[in-house]
Amino acid sequence: MIRIIRDFVQRIFNQIFAKKKTFKLGLYGPTNSGKSTLANKITIDWLGEKMSRVSHIPHETREILIKEQIIIKHGGKELTFNLIDTPGIATKIDYEDFMKYKLPKKKARQRAREATRGVIEAIKWLDDMDVVMVILDATQNPYSQVNITIIGNLVARKIPVLIVANKTDLRKANLKKIESAFPQYDVIGISALKGRNMEELYESLFRVVR
Amino acid sequence: MTLTLQFVPYTDIESLDTTERINKLLDIVKGKNVVLMEGRLKPEEESKLIQTTMKEISKSFKGIELCTIYPEDKNLDLFKKLKRNFTSFILGDREGITIIGPATVVKEIRRDPNKIQLFTFDLKKG
Repeated sequence: MIRIIRDFVQRIFNQIFAKKKTFKLGLYGPTNSGKSTLANKITIDWLGEKMSRVSHIPHETREILIKEQIIIKHGGKELTFNLIDTPGIATKIDYEDFMKYKLPKKKARQRAREATRGVIEAIKWLDDMDVVMVILDATQNPYSQVNITIIGNLVARKIPVLIVANKTDLRKANLKKIESAFPQYDVIGISALKGRNMEELYESLFRVVR
Repeated sequence: MTLTLQFVPYTDIESLDTTERINKLLDIVKGKNVVLMEGRLKPEEESKLIQTTMKEISKSFKGIELCTIYPEDKNLDLFKKLKRNFTSFILGDREGITIIGPATVVKEIRRDPNKIQLFTFDLKKG
């Protein structure tokens, strides 16, 4: 019964997108899950250029970044979208954590201030998204409240979701654990850094949108 | 230092609007207490809670650790699901438990998936 209702809602969305030329694809997730690495991989694949800076220090992306008019092609079909890379969602930010990465106190405080604003902005932008990829770090416990809150908000707003388990190239990655945490969704395991399984990701995007 | 868990029954928040609910919960957390709330916030309220937390981060308040445990409904039959939805509609979302702790006290709340582990910073030093 629930599946029938879900498929019906999906069809309605698909019809809306069929008429809409360009849609907004948001990349959401906790900090350091690889959203910007994936954003860069997508833009390199289809535009030949990067869009975001990446760093091992959390909260490198502190404002919304947009790359417009990305056209991807698959099986004779094409999709046009604006890609939106968002700051990682967090429930706590302590400037002293940045100092552990050798940032001076002043810069660490500045980064923390900007990071808090980034989280607020990322959540505000949820309402504007047409489709969202939730990027999770496959080496981390998927049952974090940030993941659950993001997905809960997307479901409440009826925004189609793709769950992407990133960093599958790492030995600690556990794709099965992510799949069992979110059994009602297709989970696509990728390595944005190594470009692994990107074809399946693009195929899944066509499935969600069309 | 003592870790205080403050129980918030659903009846304490059911008549409040989103902003009032969030302020009430954050006030408790900012007093270095851990909230143990009956039921759960709506997803939109959870995201609003995160936004408000971010606005209030300061030298003494570093944010929150948040966790919700909610009974899984994947094994329920249709009748039980409908019964649960009807009860939630009439009485509010009282099922489950929400835990909110100050990040300066609670290092991590681990949920895996029906068990909660609460890791605190070294309380002896406080």
